[in-house]
Amino acid sequence: MPVDIDIDHVARLARLDLTDEEKTRLREQLGVILEHAATVGEVAAADVPPTASAIPRANVFREDVPEPSLPADEALRNAPERGDDRFRVPRIVETGS
Amino acid sequence: MTELCDRTGSDLSAMLAAGQTSATEILASTLERIADVDERTGALLTPTPQLARERAEELDVYLATGAPQSPAAGIPVAVKDVLTTNGIRTTCGSKILGSYVPPYDATAWTRLGGAGAVLVGKTNCDEFAMGSSNENSAFGPVRNPWDLERVPGGSSGGSAAAVSAGEAVWALGTDTGGSVRQPASLCGVVGLKPTYGRVSRYGLIAFASSLDNVGTFTRSVRDAASALGVIAGHDPRDATSLDVEVPDYLAGLEGGVAGLRVGVISEAFGEGVAPGVAASVRAAIDRLEALGAAVGEVSLPHAGYALSAYYLIAPSEASSNLARYDGVRYGLRAEGEHADSVEMMFATRGQGFGPEVKRRIMLGTYALSAGYYEAYYGQAQKVRTLIIRDYEAAFERSDLLVSPTSPTTAFRIGEKADDPMAMYLNDIFTIPANLAGVPAISVPCGLDEAGLPVGLQLTAPVLEEAILFRVGHALEQDLGLDMRPPLLARL
Repeated sequence: MPVDIDIDHVARLARLDLTDEEKTRLREQLGVILEHAATVGEVAAADVPPTASAIPRANVFREDVPEPSLPADEALRNAPERGDDRFRVPRIVETGS
Repeated sequence: MTELCDRTGSDLSAMLAAGQTSATEILASTLERIADVDERTGALLTPTPQLARERAEELDVYLATGAPQSPAAGIPVAVKDVLTTNGIRTTCGSKILGSYVPPYDATAWTRLGGAGAVLVGKTNCDEFAMGSSNENSAFGPVRNPWDLERVPGGSSGGSAAAVSAGEAVWALGTDTGGSVRQPASLCGVVGLKPTYGRVSRYGLIAFASSLDNVGTFTRSVRDAASALGVIAGHDPRDATSLDVEVPDYLAGLEGGVAGLRVGVISEAFGEGVAPGVAASVRAAIDRLEALGAAVGEVSLPHAGYALSAYYLIAPSEASSNLARYDGVRYGLRAEGEHADSVEMMFATRGQGFGPEVKRRIMLGTYALSAGYYEAYYGQAQKVRTLIIRDYEAAFERSDLLVSPTSPTTAFRIGEKADDPMAMYLNDIFTIPANLAGVPAISVPCGLDEAGLPVGLQLTAPVLEEAILFRVGHALEQDLGLDMRPPLLARL
């Protein structure tokens, strides 16, 4: 049976504006895809360890020496809006009472 | 007469070394081809002819000194638009990065360019490399040079079409679930996905970090070996890149297949495989046997679960990686007044991402959300363990494995566009190698009844790329196919 998902909740988590038409379509498509995907549960026994990466590498460090980094002007070159050496965004804190 | 732009890299290298041609001439031939066909293939999103001319001229000065020559020197290459190029627009096939100009080069391109390759342009692809047909590009589809009504495969469809049509001699692509091998198969070129970590992903704009690889498109297996030799190796800028010496991949190329144990993946010839594909791949396997390989059947018993595991793991990682497109630091910001930054982010992402990307972000967000994580992502990671064990068992009995690359040849544009599940099935034979991190290559092995290319996939154990080249080369030499697409005959 197709999986029934709360599209509005998931879209809020993903910070994604969706039209009503997109929501209807996605609810239907994701339901079918998840129904297929859920078959992973058929073989994934409790004693099988999970693999996050096929060739795991952990704690990869470099020498702790200063290296040149991207100049601020370069880093800001693609900014939708900038103010001096900063990214400019709409307000982030609540104002008023 | 074969045009310069239709030759292999190794031919061109030999001609350059003998003074029979120049980088400028090779480039001129390639630019002429681009002018002739790119309007029809749609392979290039951003051609770079002026930069290419300057580079080729510099290179000719260098080559005239008789200094040592890399196999990449003077080779026109195209680079998939998910790999960053300093000062050259890099879009990922997405509106959200439509005018993004990166301030740095991807390491794979740094190495290829440093060895003398000449960049002719950035190639079209499915948005953020999500797709199997190149129909998910925000900038329009790519058309298959073998039949312009058909898809080139995806997601590196532009790179595959460019190499097939002579718009580049080599191309870089990326392969997360088959995005190099499947389009290579559908366009009749050689496509390599190296071992996970063999090639640095620095500058590869991330889709699914535990599965993404940089790969190559070439017109011969020898060129694939040469290209990997140039781009492989440790990079301190990618913590997942392997600190393992890069062998001379050309050294054993002529070793032949006699005595090698070739395992035919029995699950890969079942329901859903087009008869023309199965027949062509079976015939090629018979040739390997005739050449002295010991051919036997092997089983990957959990391969049937790989697609499900992939469509949980890849979207989950994508939903996290694509959180960075928030309209703040780079890329699109939705126009108009926004009450606050969060509203701006919702609007930017809603406007900037296309349908397939939204589908995968939603799928991944759901699979990682509270209450569902264990049932989906957690279980998928266990299936990944089972698939790795399947390969380990298979490689105890075989030196390499063989299967079709894709269950079908190139399908019609629009044919599967409205059915995500049907589209996802294109990658059923390529996905397991990404989950297990093992290297695999697609080599053309014939044409189906409609005259469309069929690809054969060879898979080897971790870091054993050399055996892929050795067997692929032997097969290629034996079959002696002419894989120039019909498009070129009409020029």
